[in-house]
This record gives sequence, C-alpha cells and structure tokens, in this order.
Amino acid sequence: MNQLAPIIATLRRHKVAAFLIGMEIALACAVLCNACFMVVSRIQAMQVHSGVDESSLAVVTLTGFDPAQASDLNARILDGLRRIPGVQSASVVNAVPFGQPAGNAGISLDPDGKHRAAVPHFYVGSPGAMEALGVKLVEGRRFSADDFHPMNSFVPDSPASVVVTRTLADHLWPDGKSLGKMFYVDRLSFRVIGVVEHLSRPTAGEEGPQSFDWSVLAAGTPGAKFAGSYLLRADPAQLSRVLREAKEAVATVAPDAVLDEENSQSISDLRTAYFRQDKAMAGMLVGIIVGMLMVTALGIVGLASFWVQQRRRQIGIRRAIGATRGDILRYFQTENFLIVSGGIAVGMVLAFFLNVMLMQRYEMPRMPFFYLPVGALALWSLGQLSVLAPALRAAATPPVVAMRSS
Amino acid sequence: MFGYYFDLAIRSLRRNPVLTALMVLAIAVGIGASMTTLTVLTLLSGDPIPSRSGVLYYPQVDPDTSKDDSREPTDVLDYPSAVDMWRAKRADRQTLLVETGMKTMAPQSTARPVMAPTLVTTADFFPMFAVPFRYGHGWSADDDERRARVAVISAELNNKLFGDVDSTGKTLRVRDVDFTIVGVLDHWRPRPQFYTVRGGRMAAGDTASYYQRPQDVFMPFFTGLDVGRGTFGVYNCWQLPDDFTKLETSACNWVTLWAELDTSAKAHDYARFVADYAAQQKAMGRFSHAGNTRMRNLMQWLSFNRVVPADVSLQAWLAFAFLAICLFNTVGLLLAKFMRRSGEIGVRRALGATRGGIFMQCLVEAGVIGLVGGVGGLLLTLLGLWLVRQQPAAYADLAHLDPAMFLVTFGLSIAAAMLAGILPAYRASRVAPGLQLKTL
Repeated sequence: MNQLAPIIATLRRHKVAAFLIGMEIALACAVLCNACFMVVSRIQAMQVHSGVDESSLAVVTLTGFDPAQASDLNARILDGLRRIPGVQSASVVNAVPFGQPAGNAGISLDPDGKHRAAVPHFYVGSPGAMEALGVKLVEGRRFSADDFHPMNSFVPDSPASVVVTRTLADHLWPDGKSLGKMFYVDRLSFRVIGVVEHLSRPTAGEEGPQSFDWSVLAAGTPGAKFAGSYLLRADPAQLSRVLREAKEAVATVAPDAVLDEENSQSISDLRTAYFRQDKAMAGMLVGIIVGMLMVTALGIVGLASFWVQQRRRQIGIRRAIGATRGDILRYFQTENFLIVSGGIAVGMVLAFFLNVMLMQRYEMPRMPFFYLPVGALALWSLGQLSVLAPALRAAATPPVVAMRSS
Repeated sequence: MFGYYFDLAIRSLRRNPVLTALMVLAIAVGIGASMTTLTVLTLLSGDPIPSRSGVLYYPQVDPDTSKDDSREPTDVLDYPSAVDMWRAKRADRQTLLVETGMKTMAPQSTARPVMAPTLVTTADFFPMFAVPFRYGHGWSADDDERRARVAVISAELNNKLFGDVDSTGKTLRVRDVDFTIVGVLDHWRPRPQFYTVRGGRMAAGDTASYYQRPQDVFMPFFTGLDVGRGTFGVYNCWQLPDDFTKLETSACNWVTLWAELDTSAKAHDYARFVADYAAQQKAMGRFSHAGNTRMRNLMQWLSFNRVVPADVSLQAWLAFAFLAICLFNTVGLLLAKFMRRSGEIGVRRALGATRGGIFMQCLVEAGVIGLVGGVGGLLLTLLGLWLVRQQPAAYADLAHLDPAMFLVTFGLSIAAAMLAGILPAYRASRVAPGLQLKTL
C-alpha cells in the first residue's frame, strides 16, 4: 500500500495521458456492457421454443391454383405426398412456425367482443397435423373426428374446438381453469379442449416477448378455403430427400400451380432464415466488441511502453537502491489498475445512461445490473494483460542504467 | 512550408514504425466501422424521390368503428373511402394502389409461371412517382375506367421473360387472363419502396422489408381487382368479413391512396376536403368518428413509420462510439510520441521555429496518419459493405460506396486524426526550448 503515494504523484504529472486512457476505458466499458447485453438478448430471442419437432418437419406451399379445384387438389397432393418413401405423415395446414402467418386475430372472452383479450395466431390443421407437429399436450384432449369442421372463414366453422398454448391460457384465464372455456372473434366462437406446452406463432407477436407463444390450433377439414400448404413428417435423416421428392411430386400432380420456394422448406431451415438477421446483428456486435477491446489493449500497450522507456532512469535508480523486480512489476500493474478503475467508475455511469438512451430510442429492455461488474472485470483483466509485457520489460531494467548518463 | 512539414512527418513516422502502424490501424478500423454503417444509414434514410417528395401526400380517414378519435387512424383505407376520395379528383393527381401477388407467365416465353409481385394501381401512379420507362408508357385514365387489360412490367421481369427487348404489344398471362404489355420500366429502385410503406409503428424496428424492389407487374386498379380476386390481403378488419374475396364491401382496410398537391394552398384545401369527407360519412352513419383524419406528406409519413431499420441506426451509433474510442487511443499515442521528441522540438524552437510552426508540424504529422488510416479505412469500408451485401436483408444489394461517401471517408479520417492531433500538438508547441537543450 505504501506504493500508492508515489504512483499517484507520478500520475498527477501525466494527467492528460492518464485521463485519455481512462476515458477510453470508460467509453469501452459503456459500449462493452450494452453490446454484450444486446448480443445475449439476441441469442436468447433465437432460442424460442417452437414446441414442434422441427428436425422432422417440412412444409410444401403451392400458390396460383384455381380455388374451385382446391378440394380435388388437396386429395391428389396428399395422396402423392404419402406415396413418397419415408413420409410418416402428410396433412394440410394453414401455417407453420417461422413460416408465413395465416391468421392473426383479436379475441375476446365475451360474445359481444367488447373487451379484446389478446391477438393470438390461429393455426388450422387437417386430421393428423397435430400429431405430426409433435406438440406436447399438457391438459385436456387431442382432436377427435367430430372436432374437424369445414373452413368458410380463416378458421373452421363455429363453434370450433381448439387447443391453446399454456402461455395463452394463463394470459386469458389466470386462475388456470381453461378447459371448456369459450372465446370469440366477432361472431365466430371457439371452445378450448386442450392445452399444449408450446406452439410458437409464425412471427413474433406484438404484445411482448411472451406473445411469441400465443397460438391457437384448430381442426379443419381440407377444402376450397383450406388448401395449398402441406406439412410433411419424416425421419430427420431422410427429411431433405423427402422434401426434394415432395417438390417434384407436387410439380407432377399439380402442374398448374406455382411452388412457393421460400415457403417450401424444412422447419429447421425456416427457423434459420427467420433468425438470420438477428444472427448477423449479433455477429456485428461481437465484431465491434472484439475490435474495441483490441484497440483499447493496443492503446494501453503503446502508452505503457512509452512510459516505461521514459522512466528507465528512475527505474534504474529504484532498482539500484533496493527495489526488487517484483516491486517494479507491481508498480506498473498498480498504476494500470488505478487508471482502469477510474475509467470503469465513469464507464458504469456512461453504461447506465447509454442503456437508458437505447431503451427510449430502440425499445430495448433494461440492462440487468450484473452486466456492470462483468464488464468491469473484463476491462480490469484486459488492462492487466496489456500492461504485463511493458511492465516485465520495465522490471528487467538493470540497476546499472541509473549510473549511465542518458 | 507544408512540404517541409510533410517531409518531417514522414521521417518521424518511419522512425517508430510500430507506433505509427498502431495509430494507423486504430484510425483505419474506426473509420472502416463507422463509414460502413454510415453508408448504409444514409442509403436507407434519404429521400426516396427528392424531386417530388414535397408534393406527395398520404390522406387518412378512420372508418374503423371500433376505435375513436383518440387513436391514430388505421394506416390504410377501406375501399369505399379510398375510391370516393379518388373519384372526387380534388388533387392535381391521385392514385389508388394495392399490392398482391398473381401467377404470371408469357405465352411466347418458355419460362415457367411465377408468382409475380403485382401492384394494382391507377394511371397517375407513373407520372406522380416519376417512374422511369425504358419502353412504352403507362396507361390512361380511360383505361382505368374501361377496365382495360393492359399491364406495365419491370425491367427485371422483362429480361426474364423476353430478354432485353422492347416487349410492348406482347401478351402477359396473369391468372389465365391475357394482358397487353404497354410499358416496360427502366431500372427503378426507390429506397424505401415508399408508396407501400405502412404499419411501421407496429414493426418494432424490424422494417428492412420496406426496402424491397418494386413490384414486377403493374395493372389498372379495377381490372386488377377483378382478375386478382381472392389474392388480396387485408391490413386489418374491424368486423369479420363474410367473404374474403369480396373485400370491396367488407369492413376491412386494405387500399392505399396518394395525392399530389402542387402548392401548399392546395394541400391545405385537400386536408379540409379529407376532414369534410370524414364528417359527411359520420353524418351518414358509416363512420363512428371523424376527428382523427390525417394528411402527412411523404417524408412525414416515412418518419411516422420509422422506416430506417432500428438495427441499422443502432449499428451506426455503436460504430461511432467505436471511432471515439479509437480517437482517444490515437490522442494518447500521439501525445506520447510528441512528448518523447521534446528534445528535438527544443532544438527546433531554439533555432527559431515558432510555436505555431511546431503546432503545424505536429498537426501535419497527425494528418498524414489520418490519410494513411483513411486508405486503410476505405479498404475496410469496402470489406464491411461486402459483408452487408451478404446479409439476408432486403436492402443488402443497395450497400455500395458512392463517390460522395468515398470522399467523406478520407475527409472524416483526416479530420478525425487532426482532431486527435490538436491537443498533443498544442502540448508539443509549449515545450520550453531552454529546458530541453539542457538535458541534451
């Protein structure tokens, strides 16, 4: 501790340079904490549970066919798809997770529709679709033959039996009793027969992160208004071949229709595509973090080397009057620690205000407190690592330097 | 004198190659990161149609009976309101538009049918938005009324179907209906695709899709509604439609109206016309409220929709913070470097160099670092933009360095380095000659 006084005295003589490095650390601390928080948020967002067996599922989407022939088309295509070796199940769906949304609608718990309760996404599946998706039923029952109604709107005819996700059920009925409950979209009515653990909607909801899981699954009979998207289930190892053959099959069965390539992929590929932008952004942020840390480290190395060279004589004198190598090493390490600590102190305040600004401008959530000490720790380590080489060089200064005139 | 300082700067920089390289590198990466993001930001945040943006307006009324005056009106219009206001012809020009996709092929071409992004719109669309034609022209107001089967196609679709030839007069088959091609557009890529922008408030910053290419097929509004029946999506409905293929009579918003008003007096009158229309509809009982009509001009509408993707501006902020860190770094290193040369500076001062002279000499040295850093920064910017082009975003293909940004790169780099040099140069110029000579 008795070393501190001379270090502070020296730093006073190098106010400007010490201040500059301190400010660099402060800025780096502010950006580092917030950038790390953004990277973690993006990665967390990418972990969303779709609730379906992504690796076993693929979707084939057709457009441009004559709606009058849709019933016939459904039958021919399902038949064609089921003939492909390796296909475990083929069914008609209106949408799949990470694909094109088919029906977002505001629901109310009262038949008059006075109070909007949520805006979930409505999935519709033909017989076998729920089983193929692999959603995990946690309450109630699956669809039985009576539950399948024809489609005359964007959902099956009322009253439609539906399965909802647990997050949606908890949002609508916080008391936990959702089975048998009704909800409404205008004059359409729905009865909850089951609750599934997860089923994410195709694209993020507008009512907070939890609304990504607000889905309703209804049972529909394929027909003129329920055609064009086909869900395939196959062994993950065979899925890419099955999908390729499925595309060929629909081209033969329905030569008039246009294959929607973008929406004819495995669910895993759709997921990758859906999060590609987040991944690119996270990559860019990591790039900024790495670049920033490198520049900061090089700055510390540069300035410390300069100081070591400038103080060679003083170091020699200290060595000559009894300072050990360890003393010299610790001197530079302590000096660096002091500068970095000052920078971190300012940096934490900056980090807080940067987060507030990002919250206002970009609707980002508040940064959890623990990012600050983690960022501080990272910068302390960076400072110590960067100063190590110059400090070792300083410690190697032989005492005889003191006796030479410069 | 400048030449001499320049020579001194080069000598000095070559004496400490490692320190010099460090400073150049810091400037280069800082400039590279900030210029990459700044280029993308300026590309996406500019005026999509500078010659006309001042006279284009986006009128809005609110037919949604489930809302009231305290809310913003819905982003697009219902069919009756849009067509009523369009038919009133109270603006210098006005156009209706709806975006969709229709199965399209050319009987003369071997290319397979595609789902072509299609815009159904009215005759004024092309002159209003200064759309460039390579061959032919748009259609007439008469074609709109007659429901003529004419179409205009994009240069890209023309290339795909017919090759780069004048295909006017040829047939385009859309959903089994034959259209005569009357015009082929020239390359046209407004940023953003401003005429279909809407819903930005709800996009949570994820607005990259506003920068998509324009549609491939353009056809008269009423013809398109007939031919494309069932392909149109709705923005929202306040009552569940009986039949999604009969949107004209449904309680849904799905039609966009643009008005061109050449003077502010006309714009003022038109705003009153829009308000009067809403009031009249309310009196008739069709609207529940009429107090929240809007008429933003194009740029106001774009800013209301926050069209620049949040990620893009966020990246620019971060990159400039990074540049600031690089500059602090450079200031520190320059300071160290200049102070180390106190002896040399003392000699120059003793031999008659003024403080200003020393200051200028140091600043020139900083400027040289900036120039070299700028070259590095330029290369890194090109690399950065290449990386942006590999991204899946709709604007990725736009990310190119234009000549202005090329110059800005060097300007910013030299300015940044000189800024970083001011303090160290000032300190160097304060070196007392006598004191330094004594230590030599």
